[in-house]
Amino acid sequence: MHEQTLLEQAQALQDGEVSSVELTQFYLNRIQAHDESLNSFVTVTGAQALAQAEAADRARSAGEAGPLTGVPLAHKDIFCTRGVRTTCGSRMLDNFVSPYDATVVERLQAAGMVMLGKTNMDEFAMGSSNENSYYGPVHNPWDPERVPGGSSGGSAAAVASRLAPAATATDTGGSIRQPATFCGVTGLKPTYGRVSRFGMVAYASSLDQGGMLGVSAEDCAALLGTMAGFDSRDSTSVDHPVPDYQEELKQPVDGLRLGLPKEFFDDRLDARIRASVEEAVAAWEGQGAQLVEISLPNLPLATPAYYVIASAECSSNLARYDGVRYGHRCADPEDLEDLFCRSREEGFGAEVRRRIMIGTYALSAGYREAYYDRARRVRQLIRRDFQQAFEKVDAIVAPVSPVLPFRLGEKTQDPVAMYLIDCYTIPVNLAGLPGLSLPARPVDGLPTGVQLIGNYFDEARLLGLGAAWQRETDWHRQVPPEFA
Amino acid sequence: MSEWETVIGLEIHTQLSTQSKLFSAASTQYGAEPNRQACGIDLALPGVLPVVNREAIRMAVMFGLAVGAKIRTPCVFARKNYFYPDLPRGYQISQYELPIVEGGSVEIELQDGSHRQIELTRAHLEEDAGKLLHEGYAGESAVDLNRAGVPLMEIVSEPQMRSPEEASAYMRTLHGIVTFLGICDGNMEQGSFRCDANISMRQKGEKELGVKVELKNINSFRFVERALRYEQQRQVDALESGKPIIQETRQYDPGTDRTRPMRIKEYADDYRYFPDPDLLPVVVDESVQAELAESLPELPQARRTRLIEQYALSADLAAVLVQSRQWADYFEATVEAGAGASTAARWITGEVFAWMHKESTELIEPPVSANSLAQLLKCIDSGVVSNSAAKEALAAMWKGEGEAEEIIEARGLRQVGAGADLDQWVDQVIEAHPDEVEQYRGGKDRLLGFFVGQVMKASGGKADPKQVSEQLRTKLQSG
Repeated sequence: MHEQTLLEQAQALQDGEVSSVELTQFYLNRIQAHDESLNSFVTVTGAQALAQAEAADRARSAGEAGPLTGVPLAHKDIFCTRGVRTTCGSRMLDNFVSPYDATVVERLQAAGMVMLGKTNMDEFAMGSSNENSYYGPVHNPWDPERVPGGSSGGSAAAVASRLAPAATATDTGGSIRQPATFCGVTGLKPTYGRVSRFGMVAYASSLDQGGMLGVSAEDCAALLGTMAGFDSRDSTSVDHPVPDYQEELKQPVDGLRLGLPKEFFDDRLDARIRASVEEAVAAWEGQGAQLVEISLPNLPLATPAYYVIASAECSSNLARYDGVRYGHRCADPEDLEDLFCRSREEGFGAEVRRRIMIGTYALSAGYREAYYDRARRVRQLIRRDFQQAFEKVDAIVAPVSPVLPFRLGEKTQDPVAMYLIDCYTIPVNLAGLPGLSLPARPVDGLPTGVQLIGNYFDEARLLGLGAAWQRETDWHRQVPPEFA
Repeated sequence: MSEWETVIGLEIHTQLSTQSKLFSAASTQYGAEPNRQACGIDLALPGVLPVVNREAIRMAVMFGLAVGAKIRTPCVFARKNYFYPDLPRGYQISQYELPIVEGGSVEIELQDGSHRQIELTRAHLEEDAGKLLHEGYAGESAVDLNRAGVPLMEIVSEPQMRSPEEASAYMRTLHGIVTFLGICDGNMEQGSFRCDANISMRQKGEKELGVKVELKNINSFRFVERALRYEQQRQVDALESGKPIIQETRQYDPGTDRTRPMRIKEYADDYRYFPDPDLLPVVVDESVQAELAESLPELPQARRTRLIEQYALSADLAAVLVQSRQWADYFEATVEAGAGASTAARWITGEVFAWMHKESTELIEPPVSANSLAQLLKCIDSGVVSNSAAKEALAAMWKGEGEAEEIIEARGLRQVGAGADLDQWVDQVIEAHPDEVEQYRGGKDRLLGFFVGQVMKASGGKADPKQVSEQLRTKLQSG
């Protein structure tokens, strides 16, 4: 059953081959059996999941089932879930039970989907290896000695090991796409504003975007159709029509112009990964796509600009965790300042504290101009580079990560090396564009991936290219041996 | 001895009269139980997002248009970052580099009737913070977030006022503008309209500004004048005795009529302002601006001029009436309902104000409607009741005893005109005072007043004094 895609399971439910309770119980059993070593879940909501599954089955008997009714999925623990604790991978929110549901959670639940639990993640979505979680690192299902990527490492590992057919995730600088690649699953970061951020714990508001990790591009399309759309509770969500992605992705590849930016294929890129990416490019070319060499000259500035902007925003976004109203509070504070300082010092991990410090510095009087203001100008340049590129091409092909999944602990002592891993994903967030990560030919038993970047609201085209590639290959169908 | 010049600039905080908060749907109603009007957004729960209140934007635009300012579009909300328990997000959403209103000016009028133009620097929107409660929590402090997120418009003047009197006149003028626009209830006791005053001294002719002191949170026209007067003197005394002025924040204590320094900060604030990425720049379409400009209500100065012209009121009475939009509205409604303008103006600024003062009511919902008052005033103008009887009737009306006509009848307040009763009282009085009659007839005219008084007494106050004196004059002469 777990080898099926989400859409195949939805079909099985529709055909009455399986009930939602059976399917849900099946996944709960897999989580029970495998997650102790993987650590991909922070919270498993077994009883609630079964109750939701029963409701889904009843809806189906009553003829009220939608296309996704009864299909289970997992939520990244960054999405607020009413009555279920939402930790964001942080000690700060270890005791936080949200009184409300995030819009994404609400929409998927309204579609009848069943929540299996909340997945592990880098604390407050800050990290590229899932080693920054208060709940311990997640292990890569393909090699437990290696990281699953981050920050949505729990979601990626859970989907890769088929502990869940799909999972929600978020991407601020690559947090969907990079773990998708490291774990060999499909991950979509939609256009900024496509999916509501309401109820998604903020890291860097101008960059954060909710999306999903799934087995196939078609699965992602099905979920996107449910998750996307304007939300009056999020001022940055965009009132743009939501197409029928599953229908749209059937558009032919023939005649599409694919841009290959030379800055993405530089010497930072592992040659073996380059070969995998080129294989995908060749496949699309074989399907009639036309390849265009392009340049995005300001790309090398993206990573430093990102770490200034994201850190600046996070330094402010995380100020609400002060020990006053909810979350971690230090014991016996001496005075107000002690309450603030010690609650935050104890509640936040090292990487979160580092970024708060960087961001506070970047916004300080006398430095703001040199750092924050300049980074914002760089962002404009990168946006412009992409806009110019999309005058010549329909989509851009790039690698996702310059490196293969690395060993746990390998880069924890060198934050800058860790930051540079996101060099191919960050520019997409700075420009607010959609990006899709697709599994490509593995290297030495480790997954690799290829990234498609589209123009604003052009998710359907990316998903179509992805589906076309996945019809020819089965990298996305592969399950790590231990979980097969 | 050098001559000093006072330099004053005001920052006025007006609470906008929106139903809901600046970035959430929670109510802004005053006086609720602590934290009953604080939703998840006001509590800054993880994941919540602000959404700007359109009504607040419209109100700020109305203000900008009313003072001839530039409406900046798009304007941008920025985060002002600092930690305090009454500030749930750890930052206040305000406007910094790109406020919604820029420039503009208002004309103030001083006691001597002279006028001055005071320019505004800007007006911006921001949210209020919550409130810390220290009493009744066993040595701990509690936080009430009902106020957190309430929309404020901060109006910043140029440092162009030269005396405490000008400052209070400016404050009154702005109070009039925002209340006439209907964008602020102007309630100063509840803090809906309050100001911070910056004051510095410099030698006359000097271009550079002196070191300024900020007086925080003044919520009365009288106090702003007194606080500034005290501070003016304190600074002059210090400067003349060679002591430097320390740049600081001080608080005015009305009890002692002095200012004293507030907590001195150990380090300079760095609020790390940056544009709030949760909110998009706010664009106010030209069509919306035009529509608002079209619908701007009459402002105090224009209204005063019109009241003088339309109703032939004295400048003073008109000035009193336009101190509040409710008063001016009440006056016009009373006239509309049939009362004479001059009687209405005198009665409203006299008796009605006295009752309001006594009962501490506001004219927003007066117990005597303009229509009811008009019925009473018509009775005065037509001679049905005397002034004093009308006062008694108004008192009864204020207490809810009924409409003018009913009360006049029930209490027998109807003024008695010519007729048997009056004849009889006049005759009785003449008969009872033969000596005075003798003296009057001998040329002592001023005794007429004495006779009128006696007749009024005999009538129990019901007689019309004018008719009484006419009758008396006739009868005394003819005797």
